[in-house]
Amino acid sequence: MSQFLDFHFNGDNLVCVRSERTVFRGLTFTVPAGGALTLVGPNGSGKSSLLRMMAGLLQPASGSMTWDGEDALNDMDVHGARLHYVGHHDAVKPVLTAAENIGFWARLRGGGDDTIQGALDVFDIKHLYDVPGRFLSAGQKRRVNLARIIAAPAPLWLLDEPTTALDKATIKRLEAAIQRHRDGGGMVVLSTHADVDTPGSQTLNLANFACSAPLDEHVMV
Amino acid sequence: MGKFIELVKRDLALAFRQGMDSLMVVAFFIIAVVLFPFGVGPEPSTLAKIAGGTIWVAALLSSMLSLERLFQTDHDDGSLELLALAPVPLEITVLAKVVAHWLTTGLPLIVTAPLLAVLMQLPSEGFLVLIAALLLGTPTLSLIGAVGAALILGSRRGGVLLSLLVLPLYIPILIFGVSAVDAAIFDQSVRPHLVFLAALLVGALALTPWAAAAGLRQALE
Repeated sequence: MSQFLDFHFNGDNLVCVRSERTVFRGLTFTVPAGGALTLVGPNGSGKSSLLRMMAGLLQPASGSMTWDGEDALNDMDVHGARLHYVGHHDAVKPVLTAAENIGFWARLRGGGDDTIQGALDVFDIKHLYDVPGRFLSAGQKRRVNLARIIAAPAPLWLLDEPTTALDKATIKRLEAAIQRHRDGGGMVVLSTHADVDTPGSQTLNLANFACSAPLDEHVMV
Repeated sequence: MGKFIELVKRDLALAFRQGMDSLMVVAFFIIAVVLFPFGVGPEPSTLAKIAGGTIWVAALLSSMLSLERLFQTDHDDGSLELLALAPVPLEITVLAKVVAHWLTTGLPLIVTAPLLAVLMQLPSEGFLVLIAALLLGTPTLSLIGAVGAALILGSRRGGVLLSLLVLPLYIPILIFGVSAVDAAIFDQSVRPHLVFLAALLVGALALTPWAAAAGLRQALE
């Protein structure tokens, strides 16, 4: 039983330029429905840049991305609706409770408040339901951020180092959530230095597309 | 429309819970105006002459105070990326944030203005027109300020830069705001001045959300 339609997300011959330096070039990828793509590579090889590019936050210097054969970035509102992006920051407001934080993003995507409990349960943080963001630890904030993407379904997950600050048990929960998402026909692209077990995932090593010596991470941001 | 209200509600909730912003703006407004009788002397006729101008200048400066934070906190904690990726046009998001900003800073200024007008010995004919002019003028201040606030994201010493960018653009509002009050006091027609303020508001409403959204996209790259 597929939750999402059978779509493909492709990138063709992508070039990324950051402050006049080419980070990667000639990068091509395909993510089928139910597929997963793991981005690996040394610091500064462009994993974050590629994920931001896939999200539409960063324009490719050349090359194209297609969603089901059509230009993916043609209509940013449509593209935004079909993806969830988890970046380096957790976007948890200190004065809003965990539930309010998640609820806001879910409603903005046309969801309701009924999915919040279930989403919190996926990452075992039901007890944080009405705890304000300022009392959450780094790991708990990350869990709230990950629960956000469960609360309002979208076919494409873009996860930039999702395991940062997570303990082992939660990484297992994340792996299970990714598996369920893929079983439902969802796609996942994630960058990681640690091991996240995604069976049958393709691996894309960005070092293979570099044009110069790797840049430091801070240049990338 | 539902999502627009959702965005406004979120910003209002954030403003009320972190609390101090509106109070600080109003306190600054009062103190700035109260300084003038000390500076120019308590002579009622002198104060009456400068009352309209003083209140308007103080209103411009105080509405500048909170502008820097309009997008800054969302930018710092990653919320801005998610807002840009939400299936709501970024221009609408900007407009919602400006509406919330005006409700939490512009509106309190207008409520305080009559008290300060009494203090400054503003002739009673000018009261209603002062309120009307502020009602038409302060939303324009927030709208223009949003463009500046979007452009300074990521820069150091953004607050000073913001004043340099935005204050010159406030001049037309200041001119017509003060001349409306003066016209009322000298028993001339106030209509042309108010119509001009309304025209500035409509123009800013049509143009600034696009400019600010473009600035935000630039900041997110």
